[in-house]
Amino acid sequence: MSAPLHFQTIAELSAKLAAGQLSAVELTQAIIARTKAIEPRVHAFNSFDEPAALALAAASDTRRSAGQSSGALDGIPVGLKDVIAVAGQPLTASSKMLANFVSPYDATVTQKLQRAGAVLHGRLNCDEFAMGSSTENSAFGPSSNPWDLTRTPGGSSGGSAAALAAGAAVATLGSDTGGSIRQPAALCGLVGLKPTYGLISRYGLIAYASSLDQIGPFARTVEDAAIMLGAIAGHDPRDSTSFKTAIPDYRAELKTRRSPWKLGVPKEYFGAGLDPEVGAAVEKAIAFYRSQGCEIREISLPHTQYCLDTYYIIATAEASSNLARYDGIRYGHRTSAAKDLLDVYQKSRAEGFGDEVKRRIILGTYVLSSGYYDAYYLRAQKVRTLIRQDFLNAYREVDALITPTSPIPAFKLGEKSADPLAMYLCDIYTIGVNLAGLPALSLPCGFTQSGLPIGLQLIGQPFREADLLATAHSYEQAHGWNTQFPSL
Amino acid sequence: MINYEAVIGLEVHVQIKTHSKVFTRVGAGFGHEPNTLTDPVVLALPGTLPVMNKAALDAIIKAGLLLGCDIAPVCKWDRKQYFYPDSPKNYQISQYDQPICLGGSVEIELPGAARNLMGEHKKIPLTRIHLEEDVGKLNHHATDSLVDYNRAGTPLMEIVSEPAMQTAEEAFAYLTSIRNTMIYGGISDCDMEKGQLRCDANISIRPVGEKKLGTKVELKNLNSISYVRDGIAHEIKRQLAVVAAGGKLVQETRDYDGVAGTSQSLRSKEMAHDYRYFPDPDLMPVHVDEGWKAELRRACPELPFDKQRRLIADYQIPYTITSVLIPDRALSNFFEATAQLAGMGRSQAVGNWITNDLLRELGAAKLPLSASKISAANLAALIQLIDAGTLLNAAAKEVFATMFATGEAPVVIVARLGLAAAPTDTGELEAWCRESIAANAKALAEFKSGKDSAINAFKGPIMKAAKGKANPKLVDETLRRLLAEA
Repeated sequence: MSAPLHFQTIAELSAKLAAGQLSAVELTQAIIARTKAIEPRVHAFNSFDEPAALALAAASDTRRSAGQSSGALDGIPVGLKDVIAVAGQPLTASSKMLANFVSPYDATVTQKLQRAGAVLHGRLNCDEFAMGSSTENSAFGPSSNPWDLTRTPGGSSGGSAAALAAGAAVATLGSDTGGSIRQPAALCGLVGLKPTYGLISRYGLIAYASSLDQIGPFARTVEDAAIMLGAIAGHDPRDSTSFKTAIPDYRAELKTRRSPWKLGVPKEYFGAGLDPEVGAAVEKAIAFYRSQGCEIREISLPHTQYCLDTYYIIATAEASSNLARYDGIRYGHRTSAAKDLLDVYQKSRAEGFGDEVKRRIILGTYVLSSGYYDAYYLRAQKVRTLIRQDFLNAYREVDALITPTSPIPAFKLGEKSADPLAMYLCDIYTIGVNLAGLPALSLPCGFTQSGLPIGLQLIGQPFREADLLATAHSYEQAHGWNTQFPSL
Repeated sequence: MINYEAVIGLEVHVQIKTHSKVFTRVGAGFGHEPNTLTDPVVLALPGTLPVMNKAALDAIIKAGLLLGCDIAPVCKWDRKQYFYPDSPKNYQISQYDQPICLGGSVEIELPGAARNLMGEHKKIPLTRIHLEEDVGKLNHHATDSLVDYNRAGTPLMEIVSEPAMQTAEEAFAYLTSIRNTMIYGGISDCDMEKGQLRCDANISIRPVGEKKLGTKVELKNLNSISYVRDGIAHEIKRQLAVVAAGGKLVQETRDYDGVAGTSQSLRSKEMAHDYRYFPDPDLMPVHVDEGWKAELRRACPELPFDKQRRLIADYQIPYTITSVLIPDRALSNFFEATAQLAGMGRSQAVGNWITNDLLRELGAAKLPLSASKISAANLAALIQLIDAGTLLNAAAKEVFATMFATGEAPVVIVARLGLAAAPTDTGELEAWCRESIAANAKALAEFKSGKDSAINAFKGPIMKAAKGKANPKLVDETLRRLLAEA
C-alpha cells in the first residue's frame, strides 16, 4: 500500500505526473490541504501563498500537456527556508527586523527551482537569522516536531524539516552554517544534505556567517536529495565564492557508483554527551557497512575539541558585520521612538533583534575589536585551517566519515532555551564540517524507544557529493526507515 | 626662538571612471535622478553579494604602474565597519593590510621664479594606493535628511602619500600632478566639483632639524584644489599660533570651511573609530599575474611631465606654451599632430595658434576640444600659408574664425573670401618701393649706417599703396635689393 500523496517522494510523484495519473494542481491542492490541517499544530510556515502556488501548478500542467515538462521537479511543491529570497514574497529570517520586508528579487536557487518547474508555495520558519538549533529563536514562535509536538524539530532550519516530515511539502530547502540542515533532518527522520562550500550559490540567501553558510535540500529519500541537489548546484556569476565545477547527474550516479570502500570513524565523535540510543543506532549502521564489505577504520580528528570555540568566533564575527545592514534606514524595522540618528540605530536594532541574535552580534563585535582581533579572530582562522587539515589527513586513509548527526534526539521545547551553551552543544558533530567546507548529509538510521528519529551523518570529500549520496543510498535501500511517518 | 617646519601627508580619493559600479552591474555616473543608479546589491538588500568589477581593478593597477608602485600579486578585500546612513551595508569594502599598490611616487613641479620659467621638480613618495567603494550622499533638510545612493559603490581609489611635503604649495602641486596623471591614464576625470577627486590632509609641525613627527591633525573637506592650498596654509598657521602661545596641539580631525576660511574640531583621538577590519568572506582574493600587468603597462600613456620635457626638447617651444598644453592630454596631442604636419620651424606658431586662438574660440563657444571643427591638417595648412606669405596676419585671423565655424580647409576659405595677398606684380611693387625709399631720406641714411630696423619705415606707405594686400615677404626682399643698390 502506498503512502498518502503528501508523504510520497519526488521520484514517485514525478512518475505519476509524467504518466498523467496526477496533475500538478491536484498535488498542490493536496499539499495545501495537508498544510492547513497540520499548520496550527506544527507551525512550520512563516508565509504561505496559496494563489501563487496554484498558479505555478497550473502553469506546470500547461507545460506538461504541451510536451514541455522541465523534469523531475516540474509541478512538485517545494518549500523554502525563510532566509531565501523569492521576488514578491515576504523574506523575514524569522525576525521582527524583517517582519514586513518583501523581497524585490529572486535568489539564484529560487530561479533554478522555478526553471525546474517547482511549485514554491511557502517560506518556512527557522531560528532568527538562522541562529539556533531549535527554532525557538524565531520571532514568530517555534515550530514543533511532527513526531512529538512537544519537542523541537531542531534548527535552525526547523520549519523546513517540520513541514516535510508533516507532509506539507514534497521537499524543502534549508541553510546550514553549523548543522542547521543536518540536525533538524536527524531530529525529524529526513535526509538533509549540506553541500560542499561553493557548490550552491549563496546569492539571495540572507547571510549569517558568509564563509560557512551553504544552502541544501531536505528530502524523504537520498534519491530525492540527489534530484534537489542537481537542480540547485552550479557556479553563479553573482556569487564570487561559488565554484566552477562540472555538475554530475547525481540521481543517475546513485545507480552507477560503487559506495566508498573505506569508512572512517572519528573517535572524538563518540565521547561524553552522546545519547546511548543514538550511539547504538550509529554503531549498527557502521556494522551494516562492514557487513557490506566496507573497511571500517577508527581515525582521529585531533582538533575536534576546538570546533565549537572556533565556530563561535568566526561565525559571530561575520554575523556582526553581515547584520549591520539592518539599521532601520532603508528597509526593515524602524523605531518610532528616535530622537536622533544614534537612536534610530540603537532602538531599531534593540527592538528588531531577538536575544540570541544580539548575543552573537555582541560576541562578534568583541572578537573583531582592536586589541582582540589577533587573539580571537586571527587565531580562530588558524585553528580553522588545522581543523580542515584534520579532515584532509583523514581522507588520505578513508573515503568518507561516519558519525552521529546530533548527540541527542529531539528535545523538549523550552528544555534548552534558557541555556545557550547547552544549545550550542547540539551542533558538536556538525560544526567541524562547516569549518572545513566539506559536504555532509544526515539520513535516518532508526528510532529511539520512545519513537523519535535518529540521524546518521556521512561526511564526504570536497565536491564529491555523488560519492556521499551513493554511500547513503546503499544504506537507505537496505533499511527503509523513511517509509515510517509521524502520525498527526 | 625655535623655528618650526610643517609636515604634510595627503590622502587623495579618486573616483575611477567605469561603466558599472565596483561590485555590481548597475551603472555608475553623476547627475542622475536620486537613487536611480541602484540595485539590490547597492542597497544592501538581504541576501545580496558583491562581485568584483575587473575594469576597476585594471584602472587602479594602471594608476599604480603610472606612479611606479609595486603591484601586489594578490588583490585582497577587507570590510571597514562603521554605521552611517550613506553606507548601505554599514561596512565599506576596502583594502586594509594588503593594498594593491605599494610605494611609488608623484612627480611635482613647484611654482617657478616667473610665469615663463619652469619651477623646481620633486618626487613625493607614496605609501600605498588601495581600492574601495564610494558611499552615498546625504542631503540635510530642516527636519530630516535624505540619502541618495547613486554614488554608493562607485569604484574609488585612495592614494596615500608619505608625510613628505612641507608647504601648501607642494600639496597643491601634488594634487595637480595626480589629477593630470589620472586624466592622462583615462582613469578618472578628476572633476572636484563632481566629487571625483577629494582630499584629506594630515598636518603636523616640528622644530626644524627634529626627526620625530609632531602631533598630527587630519583636515577634512578640502573640496577644491584652492581649498587644499588655503586649508593647509591656514592649519599650519593655526598650529604655529597654538605653539607660539605656549599651547599644546592635540591629535584630532578638523573640518575645513573653505568659504569662511576657518576650521573646527570634528573629533579627538579618543573618539576615533574602531573600524574592526576583517577579510571580506564574500570576495575571493584575485591573483594579478605578470601577463595581466604587462597588458596594462602597454596601455599606460607617457606621463605629463615626461611629455612636457619632450615637447620642449623636440619642438623647441617655450615652457609657457607647454604649461598650457600639458594639463590637457588631447590638446597636447593635437599640438603634436599639427606641429608634425606643419613642418620644421613652425612649432612655435602652432603652439601660439592653439594656446591663443583655438583656446579662446573654444572658451567663447564653451566647447571642448573634441567639438572643435579645425583639423590638425587644416591648422597646419593655415600656418604654412602665412609662412609662405600668401596670407597676411589680419586675413589669417579671419580665415581661422571661418575654419572654426565651418571646418573648411583654409585654401577654400581664402579663395572664397578673396583674402589672399595681392598677386605679385613685381613691376608695380618695385615702383612703390622706389617711391617709398625716395620719400624717406632719413630712414635711408639710418639703414645705410647699419640700423636694420629702419627698413620698416619704408613698409607702411607700400602697404598703403597696395591696400594691405602686398606679400610682406616679397616687400621685404624687394626693399633690401633696392636699398643695396641705393
